[in-house]
Amino acid sequence: MMDFLFIFIKTAVVLSIVLFHVAYTTYAERKIIGRAQARMGPMEVGPHGLLQPIADFIKIFFKEDIVPANAERFIFKIAPIIVLVFTLVNLSVIPFDRNFMLADLNIGLLFILAMASLSVYGIILAGWSSNSKYSFLGGIRSASQVLSYEIALGLALAGVVLQAGSLNLRDIVLSQHETVFGVYAIPQIIGFVVFVIAAFAETNRAPFDLPEAETELVAGYLTEYSAFRYALFFLGEYVAMYVMAFLCAICFLGGWTIPKFITEILPFLEKVPGIIWFAIKVYVFIFLYIWVRATLPRYRFDQLLLIGWKVLIPLGILNLLIIAFIKRLSL
Amino acid sequence: MGSMEIEKIDEKTFVLQMGPHHPATHGVLKLLCEFEGERVVKITPDVGYLHRGVEKLGEHKTYISAMTLTDRLDYISSMTNNIAYCLAVERLLHIEPPPRAKFIRTIVSELTRLSSHLLWLATHALDIGAMTVFLYAFREREQILQFFEKICGARLTVSYPRIGGVRLDVKDRVLEEIYNFMDVMLKRVDEYEGLLTENRIWISRTKGVGVISAEEALELGLTGPALRGSGVNYDIRKHMPYDAYDEVSFEIPLGTQGDTYDRYLCRIREMRQSSLIVKQCIERMPKGDILHPDAPDLDMPHQGKRKIEAGDSLWSGFIGFSNKKEDIMPKGEIYSAIEAPKGELGIYLISDGSGRPYRMRVRAPSFVHISAIPKMCKGHLLADVIAIIGTLDIVMGEADR
Repeated sequence: MMDFLFIFIKTAVVLSIVLFHVAYTTYAERKIIGRAQARMGPMEVGPHGLLQPIADFIKIFFKEDIVPANAERFIFKIAPIIVLVFTLVNLSVIPFDRNFMLADLNIGLLFILAMASLSVYGIILAGWSSNSKYSFLGGIRSASQVLSYEIALGLALAGVVLQAGSLNLRDIVLSQHETVFGVYAIPQIIGFVVFVIAAFAETNRAPFDLPEAETELVAGYLTEYSAFRYALFFLGEYVAMYVMAFLCAICFLGGWTIPKFITEILPFLEKVPGIIWFAIKVYVFIFLYIWVRATLPRYRFDQLLLIGWKVLIPLGILNLLIIAFIKRLSL
Repeated sequence: MGSMEIEKIDEKTFVLQMGPHHPATHGVLKLLCEFEGERVVKITPDVGYLHRGVEKLGEHKTYISAMTLTDRLDYISSMTNNIAYCLAVERLLHIEPPPRAKFIRTIVSELTRLSSHLLWLATHALDIGAMTVFLYAFREREQILQFFEKICGARLTVSYPRIGGVRLDVKDRVLEEIYNFMDVMLKRVDEYEGLLTENRIWISRTKGVGVISAEEALELGLTGPALRGSGVNYDIRKHMPYDAYDEVSFEIPLGTQGDTYDRYLCRIREMRQSSLIVKQCIERMPKGDILHPDAPDLDMPHQGKRKIEAGDSLWSGFIGFSNKKEDIMPKGEIYSAIEAPKGELGIYLISDGSGRPYRMRVRAPSFVHISAIPKMCKGHLLADVIAIIGTLDIVMGEADR
C-alpha cells in the first residue's frame, strides 16, 4: 500500500513539474522569439507577461469544443488524448537523477522509441477523422515524416546502445560517465548531429513543421480542432519536445553527471545536485529548438523525406559502424 | 464566380479549394487546385471577391476626386497608384509638374517601392516559414509609413500627389530624416539577405520553383520584377522616363533563370537601387513651386476654362460637374503607364470634354500575374504553390478593382 502511494506521489511530482515546464516553455518561446525578432513578446498579463500561460490556459479551457458535422466523432474526440497519453508515458522511464526515476526499466530506450511511434497514431487519426482535406494532408505528411525519421533516430541511438551495452537509460548514463570524455556526444559526433536533426523532425518542429505548416495546410491535422482538444495536441507536442531533450541529455550529454575531467579541475562542482546539470542540459536543448524556429524557413515535403532517407540514415549507419569498430578495438 | 466547377481528370486526383480565405493566398484569391497526392495537376484561379467597381465609379467622379479611388487599388502602394493616375490626366491636359514636385514624386514613389517590396519580402518569407524576416521587414515598413505621415498626414491611402504636382511641400527636416534612414535601410537589406540569400533551406525552396522563360513571361504579359527575373530588360522608369527618373542614375537588376530565387534577388537589389534613387533625389532637390499654375483646382478640372461664376467654389464645382455637357477638358484618349512596385500600372482614360472621365480603365499588374499561376504551378508541389503566389506579389485590391 505504501509502495503504491509512494509511486503515486512520485508520478504526481514528475507530471506537475514537467507540465509546469511545458506551460512556461510556451512563455519562454514567445519571449525568446520576440527578442530575436526585435519585439517584446507577452508583456500584459502579470509582470513581464509572466502569467500569460495561465491566462492562455483559462481562455482555451472555456472555449467551445467544436466537432465538425462530418467528422468521425469518437475518433475525433479520442485522437488528442492518444497523442498526449503516449507522450506522457515516456516520462516514466526517464532518470532525472541517479536515484530518481519512476520505473527502472531495462529496455527504457526501446520503450521510448515505441511510444514515440505510437503517438503519431493519434495524429494520423486526427487528420483522418476530421474529414477535411487540409487535416488529411497534414495527417499523411506527419505519418510519413515520423516513420522516416524514426529510422534515423533509432540508428543514432543504436550507436549509444552499442557503446553503453545496455538499453537501460540509467546504465547508459553511468557507463557514459566512465568514458574519457564523459559524454557520448564527442566520440559519436555524427550520431549526435543525426539525433538532433531527427529529434526536430520527430516532434514536428521548425524547420520540419510540415504537418502543421500554417501557410499551406492552414493548420494541418489541427485545422478542425478547437478549445481544449487543440490544447491537448500542443501539450503533447511540447511534452514530446521535452522527452527528446531528456533523451538527448541522457544519451549524448551525460544525463545528471558532468564529465570527470571537469570535476578533477573544479572539484567543488561535484557538490551541485545532479538534477541541476540535467536541467541545464535540457534547457539548452529546448533553447535550440526555439532558436531554430526563429531563424530557419521551412523545408518542402519531398526535400524533408530526401534528407531523411539520403542523408541522415546513411550517416546513422556510418556512425554505428564507427562505434562498432571502436568498441571492437577497445575490447 | 461561385459556381465554378473543376472537372476531375481521373479518380487518383482530388480537388482542394484554396481560398478565398486561406492564410497564404494574400487577400481573397481563390485557387481551385487539383492534386495528385501533393503534386499539382491543374490550377484554376478565381478572382473577383474584392470587386468594388473602381473603374465604373471613376466615371461618376470628377477627374480630381477619382484619384482617391486609385488609392484603393493596390492599397500597399497607393502613392504610385496616385502618380500613375495623375500622370495620365497630366498627359491628357498637356501640363507638366514643376521640377520640385517631380523630385518629390520620385522620392515618394521609391519609398512606396521600398515599402511594397518589404511587405512582399515579409509575407513571402513567412509563407516559406521564415518568421523573423517578417517582423524585421515590418519594422522598416513602419518607418516608411511614418515618413508618409510626416509628408502628407496619411499612412496608407495617401492621395498625396495632385494633377500637376503634389499637394504639400516636404520640409527639409523630413527630407534629412529620410536621407539618414536610407543609409540604415541599406544595412537592413543586408540583414534580410543574411537571413535568406545563402540559407540552404531558402535556396532549396526557391531555386527552380515557378520557372518561367523570358518568352513565356512576355506572352503572359508579366511586368515588373516578375518579368525582369526572367532576364527581360523592361523598366518604364528607364525606357519611358517620367517624373525625375531621367535625372537620376540607377541600375535595373535582372535575373537569369526566371525562378523564384531570381525574382527574390531582383527585388532585393531593387530595394537597394530605390534607396540610392531616394538619396540622389534628396541631394539634388530643386527649390520652387510644387504645383503647376494651370493645374486644376480641387473643384474644377481646368483653370482658364471656368465658365460658371458662382459665389463660392463648392457651388461652382457643383454646377460645373453636374452638367456633363460642359466642355472643360481636352477631348481624346490616353494610355499612360508607370513602373509600379508590382509591374506596369497603366491608366487608360477617355475624355469626352466634360469634367469626368468618360471611361477609366486600369491595367493592374496583379491581375495579369494571376493568369501566370496555372502555368507556373504545373507539376509542382502544394508547398510550391504558396511560394509561387508569394513570388508573383499579388494584391487582390488591384486585381479585382
